[in-house]
Amino acid sequence: MQSNLPLFPQQASTVAAQVDWLYLFLVAITAFFSLLVAALILFFIVKYRKTPGREAEQIHGSTLLEIVWTVIPLGLSMAIFVWAAIIYFHLQRPPANALEVYGVAKQWMWKFEQSGGQREINALHVPVGRPVKITLISQDVIHSFFVPAFRVKQDVLPNRYTIVWFQATEPGAYHLFCTQYCGTKHSAMIGEVVAMKPEDFEAWLTSGKAEGSLAAQGEKEFQQLGCVTCHRADSGARGPNLMGLYGRPVRLTDGRTVVADDNYIRESILVPNAKVVSGFQPIMPTFQGMISEEELIQLTDYIKHMGEQQGEPLNNRSTPTQIRDSEVTHIQERMKQESKEPQKPGKKK
Amino acid sequence: MSSANENVMPEKHYLNDNYGIRSWLLTKDHKRIAVLYLLTITFFFFLGGLFASLIRLELLTPQGDLFQSDTYNKLFTEHGVNMIFFFLIPSVPAVLGNFLVPLMVGAKDLAFPKINLASWYIFIVGAGFALAALVSGGVDTGWTFYTPLSSGFVRTPVIAMGVGILIAGFASIFTGLNFIVTVHRMRAPGLTWGRLPLFVWANYAASLIMVLGTPVIAITLILLVLERGFHIGIFDPKLGGDPVLFQHMFWFYSHPAVYIMILPGMGVISEIITCFSRKRVFGYGFIAFSSIAIAVFGFVVWAHHMFVAGISVYSALVFSLLSYAVAIPSAVKVFNWTATMYKGSVELATPMLYALGFIGLFTIGGLTGLFLAALGLDVHIHDTYFVIAHFHYVMVGGMVMAYLGGLHFWWPKMTGRIYPEGPAKLAALITFIGFNLTFFPQFILGYLGMPRRYHAYPPEFQVLNVLSSAGASVLAVGFILPLIYFLWSLRYGEVAGANPWDAKGLEWQTTSPPPTHNFEKTPVVTEEPYHYGTEQEVPVVH
Amino acid sequence: MSTSQTTTTDHHPALVHQFDSMEQQKEASTLGMWVFLLTEIMMFGGLFASYLIYRIKYYDAFVAGSTSIDIKWGFANTLVLIGSSWTMAMAVWSAQNGRRKGQVYFIIATMILGAAFLGVKAKEYYEKYDECHIPGHVIGKGFNAWGGCSATDKSLGNIAEDIRIPPHGDPNIPEASAELTAKQTEIFFSFYFAMTGLHATHMLIGLGVLTWLLMRAKRGDFGPEYYSPVENVGLYWHFVDIVWIFLFPLLYLISRHAHAH
Repeated sequence: MQSNLPLFPQQASTVAAQVDWLYLFLVAITAFFSLLVAALILFFIVKYRKTPGREAEQIHGSTLLEIVWTVIPLGLSMAIFVWAAIIYFHLQRPPANALEVYGVAKQWMWKFEQSGGQREINALHVPVGRPVKITLISQDVIHSFFVPAFRVKQDVLPNRYTIVWFQATEPGAYHLFCTQYCGTKHSAMIGEVVAMKPEDFEAWLTSGKAEGSLAAQGEKEFQQLGCVTCHRADSGARGPNLMGLYGRPVRLTDGRTVVADDNYIRESILVPNAKVVSGFQPIMPTFQGMISEEELIQLTDYIKHMGEQQGEPLNNRSTPTQIRDSEVTHIQERMKQESKEPQKPGKKK
Repeated sequence: MSSANENVMPEKHYLNDNYGIRSWLLTKDHKRIAVLYLLTITFFFFLGGLFASLIRLELLTPQGDLFQSDTYNKLFTEHGVNMIFFFLIPSVPAVLGNFLVPLMVGAKDLAFPKINLASWYIFIVGAGFALAALVSGGVDTGWTFYTPLSSGFVRTPVIAMGVGILIAGFASIFTGLNFIVTVHRMRAPGLTWGRLPLFVWANYAASLIMVLGTPVIAITLILLVLERGFHIGIFDPKLGGDPVLFQHMFWFYSHPAVYIMILPGMGVISEIITCFSRKRVFGYGFIAFSSIAIAVFGFVVWAHHMFVAGISVYSALVFSLLSYAVAIPSAVKVFNWTATMYKGSVELATPMLYALGFIGLFTIGGLTGLFLAALGLDVHIHDTYFVIAHFHYVMVGGMVMAYLGGLHFWWPKMTGRIYPEGPAKLAALITFIGFNLTFFPQFILGYLGMPRRYHAYPPEFQVLNVLSSAGASVLAVGFILPLIYFLWSLRYGEVAGANPWDAKGLEWQTTSPPPTHNFEKTPVVTEEPYHYGTEQEVPVVH
Repeated sequence: MSTSQTTTTDHHPALVHQFDSMEQQKEASTLGMWVFLLTEIMMFGGLFASYLIYRIKYYDAFVAGSTSIDIKWGFANTLVLIGSSWTMAMAVWSAQNGRRKGQVYFIIATMILGAAFLGVKAKEYYEKYDECHIPGHVIGKGFNAWGGCSATDKSLGNIAEDIRIPPHGDPNIPEASAELTAKQTEIFFSFYFAMTGLHATHMLIGLGVLTWLLMRAKRGDFGPEYYSPVENVGLYWHFVDIVWIFLFPLLYLISRHAHAH
């Protein structure tokens, strides 16, 4: 399939071609300027070689030329900057309809889990033609998730979730590398991303022996760890009601507003006193050391789906977020506005 | 080139002023300290080179069958640490800068000779710790020491290595401090800032970074050592710390540090190009100012090493933009050097070959930096061999070429003798070819996706790796040759005379080698720098 | 292209060979000292910046940690250092005016005050040891398992109680939260020891340099013509004092008794 001396990795994601075009543009610029400088040097060496009877002509400089060769590189680099920033913003904003997968990295292996509960080690199956969003976390040191054929890479940190997304275009098996040096077997921390046709993917999903969906396992944890005793839906609950919490803004005791995302939920389980919901006491004990990264993911996924499962409309209550539903749209609108301001270059798409 | 037959060695000079080991180990003469540094860093250069050869040997085959993974990891860590902290950072400043800055500003010595000597001893103590870490097994964290791997996971002597680098850092601070004060307060009468040689400007700019940046790596390493020794939790996520904070603090120094490495090299190039084109430098003010601009901008771009480390998209945007700001002054320098040759009288002496090699390779190295600063593209090539190729083009293609060029250029001044021109030209050519053969394939490897620091790799990367390793063996020849003929020239080389290149600049107006106090009488400067073109004979000031 | 000139300055015994005049020598050493202090600012700056980052992240724990250290001793030490800055300034003044005895007495006074500072610091460190507030995990022993306490969470208990018991504490804070906050004070104490430790190291170096200065002052090396060593040591000493002037409020004051809720 591949020659012995390939120059490009396969293009197997929607973003790959965009990255390659930018790369080729930069290669062209590099080639042009390197050859220009080399040609000038060679020309000067020959033309102005030291010969008896000819003296160098003294020239001090030229402000015009200085301006020219300041402004041209500046203009070019600004163009590259904007172009590259557009791609970067695209890569940093996973689409809402993405298939959600979780990945846990540890010395020296990758563990992936589909929301249906299908687990894999050093392999990840994904469908083509649909965005896939991977929420990543490390159990020990910093790792990095890299699939050259998709042109995506994301460091995997031990203390918080990071997210990477891609949309595969070609079915096939692609290299997965760890690119952040992580100790002895760093170069063995590799795997395969298998992109499949949607129907094959569905078949693969059902063929495995899943122990129940992530959310279902999370629900079990929720009972076992006793979360349920405080985080109930009734009004006398000691902890905020988590129903429909995910993705909503939350007002904290110190007046700040944060969005209840994966990292917020994770932090609230491990460091409960860090961001306490307004109107509640910081009475929750920490679960640090009592719960694995996988279990955290399951709990998070359960909390994520809590609202949907019940199918209940979010009534106009004061918990869990201390923000009434009528306010939510307004706050979300404002947050979106704030995050959009400096995002101008990305808006063209 | 020179009327060699009439040249005689001066009777008394800094090398024969005094004999005996004490006269060297207790010397306060900046020239002798430069020689001490030269010997020390030559050792580290070849030590680092040995590790590099072993790395390339391992990568001949994809399986990782020559060394254990742990051994391989130690090899690239030791290669990086030795080359960066114990060769590149002191290379031009502590050897050529130490020797030349006082001569070029017409001073008898640096402002603080005792501190200068202390700096060498501090360097030796730091190097001692680093070597102790090496002989007790070597460190396998990578030269970047990322936490929490370095603080809590690896089982190698990280503390000894950290302390070694920390101590060596103070040597660099003292050198920088000495240069800054010397340039400010000890310039010869008439030597205004506008008349300073560009080599001095470049070392001045690098000194600013040494003085302002090095203390931050010092405190970072102190915290790392405390973290590793006592697990106090500052970088350990399990205890509530933030490992990414280490990256910020590390790169706050280590990014500007690449400018400590390259700026003095750029200064060398400005001296060589003008001399062998017999021309004033094109755009003196722009080159001088661009050095300062690089030093200043260099401090605000560190997070471009962290675009995929989970920093916010907006800070990534700002750091990317600022990184392009650093690219502009570098481009300005390249164009000015090229323009300096225009209508010159170009002679391809060995130093000039190295300088032209520098311009070509640095141009490629600099332009590939644009790839890495480009956010969306960096996501793909970050931490791959593309990065390796890029910084070797800047550090080896740029800095080492400049260092070797400078060593050839000022060798007659330092030793009083000229190296043999034939072998020297051959070595320059071999280095250039070997270098490109080694590192150009790595750009392609990187874009294909081969991650850095990989002991074993998928078989489709083998052809390019073999090319690279073959190139490395050529490169090694290019580096060993100068060692041989430089040593040879100490005894058999032609006597150089005060000014074998008919170069301008105060350092050429004293004897070669210079007397201990550099100038018998303080020189007075009455003309612009690089005043080539007025070719009348200049009497040597004795 | 260039001519030569001979230097015609009077040769002062303290003039070293690389300088042409005493004035040049003095300017150079003063500039050198300022550049050195700049590097010191960057070094402490890195530490201060990380301290502030974690103070934002663990505000409650920093309040609790700060409240647990004794402000009296910190305040006393501040006065001691301000006093030593005055005696140091007087030593410089004495050197400028050629008063040899004055130099000697004021340098000795500065050294006594410096030693007093370190003595108080040692006492404070011992207190922390006694209360088991030593951060770190060494030889299997964790935070607050050092000193006069067993592996029980006595000291954590102390901090946790302080958080909840008036007058400093707030009884409304639940126990679970107080205990977690108490654990998080480890990062505060890490910074406390790193920052005061680096500062104390600078004091020790300062005392060493003052000893050398004292011997030279006794010998009568300094006078109106040549006093830059005294002046530079003075600059260093004032710098170390100023660092403390920042450390004292950062560690002892700004977080004290202020509760987040």
